[in-house]
Amino acid sequence: MANIKISVKNLSVSYDGEIALKNINIDVYEKEILGIIGPSRSGKTTFLQVLNRMIDRISCAKVEGKVLFDNLNIYTDIKLLALRRKVGMVYALPLPLPMSIYDNVAYGPRLHGTKDKKKLDEIVERCLRASYLWDEVKDRLESSAFNLSGGQQQRLCISRTLAVEPEVIIYDEPCSGLDPISTAKVEDAMSKLKEKYTQILVTNNVKQAARVADRTAFFLMGEIVEIDETKKIFTAPKDERTNDYITGKFG
Amino acid sequence: MGNPRTIQKIVFFLLGLCTILIILPVFAIFFVILINGLPAISFEFIFSPPRAGMISGGIFPAIIGTIYLIIGTAVFSLPIGILAAVYLSEYADDNWLTRLIDIAIINLAGVPSIVYGLFGLGLFVMFLNFGTSILSGSLTLSIMTLPVIITSTKEALNSVPKSFRDVSYSLGASRWQTVKNVVLPNAIPGIMTGTILGLSRAAGETAPILFTVAAFYLPYLPRTIYDQVMVLPYHIYVLSTQVPNVPPKIQYGTVLVLVFIVFLLNITAAFIRSKFRKKKMW
Repeated sequence: MANIKISVKNLSVSYDGEIALKNINIDVYEKEILGIIGPSRSGKTTFLQVLNRMIDRISCAKVEGKVLFDNLNIYTDIKLLALRRKVGMVYALPLPLPMSIYDNVAYGPRLHGTKDKKKLDEIVERCLRASYLWDEVKDRLESSAFNLSGGQQQRLCISRTLAVEPEVIIYDEPCSGLDPISTAKVEDAMSKLKEKYTQILVTNNVKQAARVADRTAFFLMGEIVEIDETKKIFTAPKDERTNDYITGKFG
Repeated sequence: MGNPRTIQKIVFFLLGLCTILIILPVFAIFFVILINGLPAISFEFIFSPPRAGMISGGIFPAIIGTIYLIIGTAVFSLPIGILAAVYLSEYADDNWLTRLIDIAIINLAGVPSIVYGLFGLGLFVMFLNFGTSILSGSLTLSIMTLPVIITSTKEALNSVPKSFRDVSYSLGASRWQTVKNVVLPNAIPGIMTGTILGLSRAAGETAPILFTVAAFYLPYLPRTIYDQVMVLPYHIYVLSTQVPNVPPKIQYGTVLVLVFIVFLLNITAAFIRSKFRKKKMW
């Protein structure tokens, strides 16, 4: 297997004493898609929020353990803003910023000092192409991002994340509000992005993990029940609870 | 118990009655002022100073004074109020100090306006030696307006969805970049509406300006911020209690002009709000 991109060691998170993640150990390999499945309140989103330290914004959250990004501790060895550039996040609901399509994609690069119009044009086009949105919006880049459909908005959010040139992209149930066709397009985009990026996909849709993930982890009540290659998880899970969940007996 | 339909009718009648009771005084006030004040309005009334011991002539100095005070109040209270609100809502942690400040702001809003007037007299007019002047009056009105501006700015900032901030932070933006690019642009309509309403309230106040700026009678216009001015609310008080034999026409006309200025500010605020609400997309 490839290099380890992110290594999570003994990670525990609690909110005001209420435990959300218990002693998580997980390695994420470079350029893989890691699927994370599990019922709600199993700690999937909390896990993602630790990876880009958005959890810092929740004042009652307490994080213990270590997360290494390229062997650097994300809390001590990497600056917060730099980490967030490296770990891009796509949210559950499409969350375009209230500005034009162009400005949405250019938002990140502008933050980080790219002002040259030509360069921005180039970034915007490249990132919109990467998420298969370019052809649908190239004639109306200046119109509001809110005029796009839900699926288009979500792909715009992916483009926006790509524009800051992350190394890892984390998705928090990115298709929960989308119709099947839009979902397929987002999944296509993810598969294409594998060439360059490490991706972690949290999903409520078990079948989506089966379709796109190389490996899949099953979270339950803040613990990892099982993690293995997706094929194995879905054909021969070792743990009975995994089997119950993917066959729909609970969750 | 009676017939549910009858009860419903009675309740509807009572609810409707209360609603009408709200608008009734507004219309009554406007009606009376318009009917009595409109005949006084003329070019001369607006643009000339009072004459003959105020029983004839116009109110130009008082209009100018009021406008100067609105501008002066805006100059001091907008930057301080808006920046303080940005700090409180975007930067400050939730701790005992910020909670204390919040309580202070709420209490500041509840202080009777005459207390502001006396405070301004003590601090600005006497202690800081600004004298009875536009400067003292503007500062006093500013302090009175600050809680309104801070509260409405905070509300406007809080109404910007948290998700916008999350997105901005997740793209690696610093706090100031997030405030500047995402929060403020979307809060500005709300901030403007709130601040204009705050200023319009200040424009109509009498007590805070009584000892700090208002002149009984000045035939000339102020030249510096250390000059006294005539001001509409105080001029109305003077016309109705201090000077005998003022024709009611002039009294009502003065009131009409003040109400018109305040009304103009409120309409502007409402216009900005509705214009941006249409543009608002979330």
